[in-house]
This record gives sequence, structure tokens and C-alpha cells, in this order.
Amino acid sequence: MSEESFDAIIVGAGLAGCVAAYVLAKAGADVLVIERGNYAGSKNMTGGRLYAHSLESIIPGFAKEAPLERKVTKEKVTFLTDDTGVTLDYHNGREQTSVEESYTLLRGDFDQWLMAKAEEVGAQFITGIRVDEILTQDGKVIGVKADGDELLSKSVILAEGVNPVLAEQLGMVKPKVKADVMAVGVKELIELPQEVIQDRFNLNNDEGCAWLFAGSPANGLMGGGFIYTNKTSVSLGLVCGLHDIGTSSKTVPQMLEDFKNHSMIKPLIEGGKLLEYSAHVVPEAGIHMVPQLVGDGVLITGDAAGFCLNIGYTVRGMDLAIASGEAAAKAVLTARENNDFSAEGLSSYQSLLEDSFIMKDLKLYKNLPEFMGNPRIFNQYPKMVADIMQSMFTVDGSASQPLRKTIMKHCKEVGYMNLIKDGIKGVTSI
Amino acid sequence: MSEIVNVDVKLATNKFHVDEGHQHIILKDNPDMNEYRKLINACPAGLYKLDEDGSVRFDSAGCLECGTCKFLCGDTILEKWEYPRGTFGIEYRYG
Repeated sequence: MSEESFDAIIVGAGLAGCVAAYVLAKAGADVLVIERGNYAGSKNMTGGRLYAHSLESIIPGFAKEAPLERKVTKEKVTFLTDDTGVTLDYHNGREQTSVEESYTLLRGDFDQWLMAKAEEVGAQFITGIRVDEILTQDGKVIGVKADGDELLSKSVILAEGVNPVLAEQLGMVKPKVKADVMAVGVKELIELPQEVIQDRFNLNNDEGCAWLFAGSPANGLMGGGFIYTNKTSVSLGLVCGLHDIGTSSKTVPQMLEDFKNHSMIKPLIEGGKLLEYSAHVVPEAGIHMVPQLVGDGVLITGDAAGFCLNIGYTVRGMDLAIASGEAAAKAVLTARENNDFSAEGLSSYQSLLEDSFIMKDLKLYKNLPEFMGNPRIFNQYPKMVADIMQSMFTVDGSASQPLRKTIMKHCKEVGYMNLIKDGIKGVTSI
Repeated sequence: MSEIVNVDVKLATNKFHVDEGHQHIILKDNPDMNEYRKLINACPAGLYKLDEDGSVRFDSAGCLECGTCKFLCGDTILEKWEYPRGTFGIEYRYG
């Protein structure tokens, strides 16, 4: 067993792990990050869009040097049925402050850059090593076992992602999260020339588009599709809730294929070349799945802690991961000052999170996961909106009806009571 | 609209370091078919297959390490679920 004891060993070189390492090393702590992939980001994927605020407060001006793809200036939300699409399209040509900005990115490049930033300030990284076990003594975490070696540490930060096998070993996360709070995301990265992307998505130079789709992409199950434009590729994919997947008439890969072949989507990616196919579980339960976050000598961050917010028109995880990595690092620094790495000594993590947007936002949207479980949102409402649009825009020589009658007719199909109920629930949960 | 998806073609674009001889996911013998059907639908890599005679066929090579099967079925159907050893498995070049 090594005699050296780190102030912190961090498991996982994703965003939470790299940020925690950066903050700790910058303050002079002795920190080691262990990553099972061959480089930071090699096991990670994202939809992917980063809201800049949390990293901006840690590394001001990061966007000038980080490998980002495009700055998002166009937001689109589409209600999609099998053969129609109704879109809300917002172009933001206003000046934004650096904390208001958001960017599309690819994790392979971005995570390596972030790891290099942490290395610059003194963090140590080992890649290609899987942590197999967390070492404990009298119930207190004292290090990790990786590839047969035992490494000692005063604290361990688990930044191991949405499937937290080590946190499960410690009993901090329940081994089987109910499948109804989890979703699976699948994505294709499709290469297209820069000019083609800018033409098809109506973008100036380095501007980008973030586009979400409710309705048919997930075959009427909870979930939806997404397209994010990168410099010379688009990230196209969907997220599908797992709770009713057993009765789905389509497999998840088939859903993605059908989404790509939708008459509205196909022209956008025509001629594109598939560069990579990726998938990952997405934690969708919000505050309901947040586990025990602090133990003796151990903290849980990022996706492993369930820090993800899907509120329908925005989907966030990376900015939460970054802020939670920072909070964990600050808690370890406090523990280091007091030389107390017990759960009590690390408890400032919990209060830092409570005071941050992470817990405030998760609490604000606490009823949303249940609301999103309502199937009407993913099959009946997109159809209703499409039917109204079709009636409005169809001129076939038959006598016209007043618009309100047309709208009421389609609302009646869903049921007025349902509309009122869902309307109230929807408004109160966002 | 619907074209039958060929997941293997998509997986072929990915970079994998397959750990020959080490299956990181192992199915139980005679898995519950209701559970297995969920995985046929859900696995993004299409690794859970049914042969024509109705027997199950699974190979963890091509696994995207997404965790879906573990969350969906857990120990009802899986004998073992772990990540591939360090350096092995999927390597996302873009992510």
C-alpha cells in the first residue's frame, strides 16, 4: 500500500471530476484523478449544450480558449407527429453577457481541454485505470483500489457518472433506481460541410441552433428528440423514458432511425456522414433521485448525484455537474483546513449545494418529472396542435368555420377536462 | 417512412477496444423473457437478440456502456454488470 495520502482522489475525469480537480489543485491541495477511459471524455457523451455560467465563474473567459463548437443563438421547439411538425422558433440577436451564453460542444475535445487546465494548476491524472473498489476503514472512506493497487486519500470525490457503481458499493445510492425515473439517450454525430449547416439551419458564421422535439421521436413515450449544430457536424438524437419500453412497438434504435427519416428532418441531414453513434442513460427524476451526498471521507457529484434538469424546453446537466464539482472541492478545502474529513467535516458540500442554483432549481421543478410522465404530452398534444394548424392552413373550397370553433373541435378530442387539468399541473410545475 | 435500422452498421463507425475473453456483462441462464424483451427494445446497441428458434443471443462486444440494461433489469436478468477494465470498451472520439 502506498504511504502517500492525497487530499482527494477523484473518480472520473468528466466535467464534475475535472472541475473539482482544478479548484482543489489551484488552492494547493494534493489531488489525483483516476479515469477508466484512455483520455478524459472518452467515455462521455452529451446531447450537447453547455450553459456557460457555472464554468465562467470558475474559469472566467473560458469560452475564448476552450474547444467549443457554436454559440447558441437559435432555439427551436417542435411538436412532431409522424407526418407533421409545428415549431416555435426563436432567434436571439441580442448581446449576451458571458454568463448568459451557451455553447454546443463535443465531450471528446472539451473534457481533454478541461483536464489539461486542471493539470496546469497541479492536479495529477491517471487514465486507463478502472477503480474497482472504495477502501474503507471503520466505516470511513480511506482511498481506492484500482488495478490491484491501493491508493490512500483523505477524501474521495465520486464523479463516476450516471451509473454510480462505486456509490452503490458504499450503499449511498440504491443499486436499482426505479426504471421509471431513467431515460436512455441515443445520438448520431453526422458530418456535414460548414456552409451546408449554416444554410440549412439559417445560421451566421459561428452561431448555433438548439432544437428540441416533443412527440413522435420517442414513439409516444416520455422523451423527445434533439438536434444541436456543431461546426462541421450535427448532433442528432433522442431521449426515451424507460418505464414503458417493454410495451413499445419500436426499439430505441428504430425510433432514432425513424426520427432521422421524418420528412421534416431528412432534408436537414441529407448527404451527411455518420461519424459516431453513442448512447447513455439520463437521470430524469430531478430531486427525487438525489442520493445521500456526503459520507465519512466521500462526496458524490454530477450525474452520479442525479444532478440533471429536464424541463421540456431546456435540458441541463453539464452546468450542474460543473457547479457540483466546484462545491465538492470547496467542501474538501474546508475539511482540509480543519483537518476533519468526516461526514461532519465535509458537510459544507450540502450547504453549498442548498445555497446554489442546483438545489434551488431541482426543488423548483420537483413536480415536473411526474408531470412529464403524462403520456398525453407526448402523443395527444402534438397531434392536437398539428390538427389545429392543418385546419387553419387548409383551404379546400368548403365553407370556412370561425377559428375558435376549429380550435375547440380539436381541443375536444383531447378532452376539455384533461386540458384544464394538465394545464394547471403544467403551469404549477414549471 | 420506416426503414429497418441496422445498428451494426452504426456500431462499426465507433472505436472499440474489445477485451477479448472478458465479458463485462453476463446474462443469467434462462433469463425471464418479459425482462429480456425490454432489453431487446431498449438496448441502443441492439445487443440483446432473439434467434429464429426463440433462443437468446447476447454478446457484450459493441456495448456503448450506457447502463440501460442495468437500470432496466438489474439483477432480475443480469448475472454480472461491470464496466470493462481500464482502457477497454467504447472510446468516444467525439462524444
